[in-house]
Amino acid sequence: MVRSSSRDAPVVAAAGLTRRFGEKVAVDGLDLVVGRGEVLALLGHNGAGKTTTIRMLAGILTPTAGSARVFGLSPFADGPAVRSRLGVLPEKHALEERLTARQNLRYYADLYGYTRERVDGRIAEMLTRFGLTDAADRKVGGFSKGMKQRLALARALQHEPELLFLDEPTSGLDPVASREVTASLREQSAGEGRTVVLCTHDLGLAQAVCDRVAVMRSGAVVAIGTPAELAGRLPGRLIVEVGLGEGKRALESVRAAFPDAAVELAPVGDELTIDHLPAGSAPRVVALLVGSELSVYRVEPVRATLQDVYFSIYGEGG
Amino acid sequence: MQPASPSPSGRALRAIVRKDVTVALSSKAVSVPFVMVPLIVMVGLPLLLALLAPRTAAGMGQLADQLETLSPDLVARVSGLDPDQQAVVLGLVYLLAPLFLIVPLMVASVLAADSFAGEKERGTLEALVYSPISDRDLMLAKMLSAWLPAVVVGCICFVVYCVTANVAAWPTMGRVFMPTTMWLVLLVWVMPAAAAVGLGTSVIVSSRVRTFQEAYQLGGVVVLPIVALMIGQVTGLMYFSAWLVVLLGLVLWLAAAALLWLGARSLRRTELIARL
Repeated sequence: MVRSSSRDAPVVAAAGLTRRFGEKVAVDGLDLVVGRGEVLALLGHNGAGKTTTIRMLAGILTPTAGSARVFGLSPFADGPAVRSRLGVLPEKHALEERLTARQNLRYYADLYGYTRERVDGRIAEMLTRFGLTDAADRKVGGFSKGMKQRLALARALQHEPELLFLDEPTSGLDPVASREVTASLREQSAGEGRTVVLCTHDLGLAQAVCDRVAVMRSGAVVAIGTPAELAGRLPGRLIVEVGLGEGKRALESVRAAFPDAAVELAPVGDELTIDHLPAGSAPRVVALLVGSELSVYRVEPVRATLQDVYFSIYGEGG
Repeated sequence: MQPASPSPSGRALRAIVRKDVTVALSSKAVSVPFVMVPLIVMVGLPLLLALLAPRTAAGMGQLADQLETLSPDLVARVSGLDPDQQAVVLGLVYLLAPLFLIVPLMVASVLAADSFAGEKERGTLEALVYSPISDRDLMLAKMLSAWLPAVVVGCICFVVYCVTANVAAWPTMGRVFMPTTMWLVLLVWVMPAAAAVGLGTSVIVSSRVRTFQEAYQLGGVVVLPIVALMIGQVTGLMYFSAWLVVLLGLVLWLAAAALLWLGARSLRRTELIARL
């Protein structure tokens, strides 16, 4: 279980954090607060500034401007103290493939300076927990991608960090391995009460495990909130099925009454998809269609998803 | 697990050195030269020279004549010996002395290439820089993981060379003639400096290349001065007196200090992460 300190103090607090590489601005005035036990996802395309943000918060990359506090300490001035309480899963697993799984874990246990007494037991515990006991003394070079990712996660967790930084934890994994990692993350947040900041392209993962998501674009956070809050900011979608052969009339009626909405008729069947409707418009649409003497068989309001939020920011083409 | 202390530097240093050496030796590209070069230089060559020297004493005698004109001190050192013994002493004590330096140079250079360029190539550096080890300890550990094994291997090679030379030349010499004072200075003063030069060169080279092979090949230039020393001795331009060896050590330590000072920048965490 993680150690507790002042309960209300944010674990991560960044203000105006900026990093430039020459002319390129990788992170641009980032303001971010992450509370204890919170799971926050940083979403964004490649180059949006997610990994650079994590590197600055871990104190391995100095910012060009701005400040950050992690556990109330400066990650740049107190790097070793901050990193001793961090667990990091880099985007590339960064495991030593010429060593066995057990040797990899022991190496990092030694780097974190933990007492010998519990090291063997803890390593065995982590290997069991991540289903790697049978492969413990095999060289990592022969592992599948999923096994490597699980071992890297075990390495990040073995010293019981208070804060986890996970960079693309499900990247390149098959659905089964991805589900295993997702389950582990749920356990970390719900079961262990650990603070987690994860960078991901996996919108399903973010929706499934995160308390809040921050969408980054060109180094800045352009949207932040719970998945439900972000989705709620988008206009809803309505799917309406009308009587046989009535689709075209229904389309014209809705377009005339709601000129700002995007209305499409399905190529097969008489089903309308209506986007960008003002909130609470569904009864008005039904009244309109019934008033036009059209048969309404089905009305299905569809809530926006995190994917809709993401594409509304990045556009369908990215 | 609970931290042993807020400053886990001792264990972390040992862990990095142990891991780097284990990983390096598990690669054939490292382990083969690691074994073959010392074996050839420290066992094969002295054996060959000790066994062949008496048969080629006349030829070696010509070398002694050459040195006589240039170095009265060396002549004085071998003048009381018979021609066979002169050939053995000139070959095993003087001619092969510079070659002894190849071992620490090569070992440090190869280990450093694997530790820096190799780790960059394998993508394992990122997890290391996220660990709580301080920049200073990280730099120290990475340097020790190449320098320390090189010095240990150098010491082992020194013992092996002395035993091989004494045993193989026993029929000719009839006494223990190695190590000489010059060789002891070589061991204590010059050999660690040669290892540091190999390390410093590899640190600089590794910061500018992406793969172990590139670093290994470019780092190989460090043996060129050794070849120059060999040629210098064979042509009679110089010989390895104790004083020359002391001076050589000083030059190597200064060169190592300059190389490591220049290379240390590339070992800072922010530099390491920028090159990933």
